[in-house]
Amino acid sequence: MNTVHRAMAACLLAAGLLAGPAQAEPLKVGFVYVGPIGDHGWTYQHDQGRLAVEEAFGDQVETSYVENVPEGADADRVIAQLAETGHGLIFTTSFGYMNPTIRVAEMYPDVHFEHATGYKQADNVATYSARFYEGRHVAGLVAGSVTESNVIGYIASFPIPEVVRGINAAFLAARSVNPDVSFKIVWVSTWFDPGKEGDAAKALIDQGADVIMQHTDSPAALQVAQDRGVWAVGQASDMTAFGPDAHLVSVVNNWAAYYVRRVQAALDGSWGTSDTWGGFGADMLLLSAYNKAIPADVIEMADAARAAIAEGSLHPFTGPINDQDGNLLVADGEVADDGMLLGMSVYVEGIEATLPQ
Amino acid sequence: MTIDFLVAALLTIITASTPLVFAAVGEIVAEKSGVLNLGVEGMMIVGAIGAFATGIITGDPILAVLAGAASGALMAFIFGCLTLWLLSNQVATGLALTIFGIGLSALVGHQFVGVTFAGLPKLDIPGITDLPFIGPLLFGHDALVYLSVISVIAVAWFLRRTRAGLALRAVGENHDAAHSIGYPVILIRLMAVLFGGVMAGLGGACLSLAYTPLWIENMTAGRGWIALALVVFASWRPWRAFFGAYLFGGITIIQLHAQGLGVAIPSQILSMLPYIATIVVLVLISRDDVRMRFNAPACLGRSFHATG
Repeated sequence: MNTVHRAMAACLLAAGLLAGPAQAEPLKVGFVYVGPIGDHGWTYQHDQGRLAVEEAFGDQVETSYVENVPEGADADRVIAQLAETGHGLIFTTSFGYMNPTIRVAEMYPDVHFEHATGYKQADNVATYSARFYEGRHVAGLVAGSVTESNVIGYIASFPIPEVVRGINAAFLAARSVNPDVSFKIVWVSTWFDPGKEGDAAKALIDQGADVIMQHTDSPAALQVAQDRGVWAVGQASDMTAFGPDAHLVSVVNNWAAYYVRRVQAALDGSWGTSDTWGGFGADMLLLSAYNKAIPADVIEMADAARAAIAEGSLHPFTGPINDQDGNLLVADGEVADDGMLLGMSVYVEGIEATLPQ
Repeated sequence: MTIDFLVAALLTIITASTPLVFAAVGEIVAEKSGVLNLGVEGMMIVGAIGAFATGIITGDPILAVLAGAASGALMAFIFGCLTLWLLSNQVATGLALTIFGIGLSALVGHQFVGVTFAGLPKLDIPGITDLPFIGPLLFGHDALVYLSVISVIAVAWFLRRTRAGLALRAVGENHDAAHSIGYPVILIRLMAVLFGGVMAGLGGACLSLAYTPLWIENMTAGRGWIALALVVFASWRPWRAFFGAYLFGGITIIQLHAQGLGVAIPSQILSMLPYIATIVVLVLISRDDVRMRFNAPACLGRSFHATG
């Protein structure tokens, strides 16, 4: 399919070239996606951002995208092709596009590039990501409050800092409202396998979990939760439809505001390289509607936490925080700095599991 | 560990293994006739969307299952035309069929993302399904689970005990000899390939209707390839494929449970277990070189062209 899509994209791009310049030259904005738009998760949300750009700027912009671009040599070619065909601003939306983006950017110094979730910048390459752990803090508060078995099941993908940070944030939040809560964590070694994610959810529920959280991409776990009559938290996009009774709340990635802001900057010539890591405060994370069955005081508490994080008065990693061996991670009254968050590779104290290394 | 817990784990193993049973047994029949169809993944995913789309549009689970089987057969028919009449390379055509199937299913499935299906009705015999342990384990599944077991029995019987099964195996062992005594080689192979497609389609229907009743692109996530491996693992014997599928499904589920219970083995090793177990059994089975070669169809993967 990749080949087919790329061939189609190439045809579209060629057609665009042949059409020649319009009267008022629109800014061409390109997007490179790692998955299909129909994944109902990561790529879907990026495409929502693209649509928001189209809506906000109308004739001033012209957007195009390429789906299912593998993270490797193919990425270089696709990104270069977008740059070659007159795109002035190109968003590359997966971690593995980092080096390809930097390489292509060197060849096209006049094109602006934006790379999601990476850490390498250049004069014409900006980076951006969302503080997903802020959403997991709020989800953890709700999960810790509604659990009756005091066991929360967590489906994890790979033991990288991003995922470990999410588990720790959710656990600390759940413990803060419920000192008896414990986490059962299952690593499925995949970002996307609906069958396996569903099986992991079943295993966790069979072992007593009555809330399921996940750091994988499909809604299968939520569907299992619905079937078994337990709670679950949605991931990346609003997953209410897959389990209306089970769905507590979804933490929704929102790229729209950022994309509109950056396209605006490119249009008025103020675009400059930057490193953005935004959360609730920058509207890069949103919450879906809460389940109506959640007690009102829990929703109130969760919303208050969301607002406090957004305005900066609450940090999900506020000390004292120890790791599993009792070593101090964050001192009393301090908050974790970004460098420590980005490299987080230990569980916090209280999680009774061994982190795979 | 309570009985309830054990039953729950076993039920999960059964639903996880059933799609593999379908796909593997179908592929055994195709390969026994001498056709290597590497497009199982593609036929499965098209079966999955065919079944799901029909289920959503008509609301009828039986029609949905039939549509899944028909979608798989349609894919197999394309493969059959290309490899049997146009004599294209089976390996390349099979790979292309998978890529085509994933793309086609994504195209058709675009409008079904985010829709959920109620799932297949489960057998419920008052008094019997409620029996402890035995009840839910033997009498509480959807129809596809029973169909998968029946198909294993039927295929095993067909291949070893019937004249038609003998003809099919003859075509797979030596197509020139089979042709010279008057068997319609191409027709028999086409039938076998179509049967493989029907079974892969049913496996796909299992995924999108029962296992995880929803549609997401690429939801087979490599199960077609595992089914292909199971065929070799089973040395082309239906019952061995059945047990292979349950071994694979069983270890997958048990390692998830082991992680939840906090077993002190690194999760990466646990994740490898199903594959390691498959390889170990494969090595044990294939120690006997003669029997291994005896089981593999001699004309597997070779095109047939009648030269008079």
